[in-house]
Amino acid sequence: MGALTKAQMADRLFEELGLNKREAKEIVEMFFEEVRGALEKNQQVKLSGFGNFDLRDKGQRPGRNPKTGEEIPITSRRVVTFRPGQKLKARVEAYAGSQSE
Amino acid sequence: MTKSELIERITEHQSQLSSKDVELAVKTLLEQMSQALSQGDRIEIRGFGSFSLHYRAPRIGRNPKTGESVGLSGKHVPHFKPGKELRDRVNDGLQRDLAAQAANGS
Repeated sequence: MGALTKAQMADRLFEELGLNKREAKEIVEMFFEEVRGALEKNQQVKLSGFGNFDLRDKGQRPGRNPKTGEEIPITSRRVVTFRPGQKLKARVEAYAGSQSE
Repeated sequence: MTKSELIERITEHQSQLSSKDVELAVKTLLEQMSQALSQGDRIEIRGFGSFSLHYRAPRIGRNPKTGESVGLSGKHVPHFKPGKELRDRVNDGLQRDLAAQAANGS
């Protein structure tokens, strides 16, 4: 089956909750935008039952241009990591399908 | 930000839906996402990121208390890869914080 996208998520809100199509689309958009906005402000996002989006600051470290072998520092950066919650992990573990990447 | 804070923020930022409606919508979205992953589907949200399953091969584990070996079967675990917009915005947040720190002389 194909990947789940925002369009399908909006369709579900339309079909299951009876939101009109515009509202449904807006809510899906806002859902992801509020999560991005919190992370942008360095706020962890905790969605119980699903998982946590955490932030980690990484210091500058030495790097290398893989093509030329030239040494260039990798600048300090902030990255998002996702830690799935117990409930999601348990549900996914039960998936017995083929081995994905 | 917790799920209930997320629901509050969405409710404040639009005028058509009550907080009860928004709560139900958020729960429906999270359930749909969990469902997709638990049946092996990916989730692809442009500008946010993608969720997929990573496979963990079977291995021999050990009971840390007794030292006994136990066979652990292979399993899938959820994996998230942030999209470009999310990566950039989060990293810009750090650069802003660093600039503010420098301005405060701390």
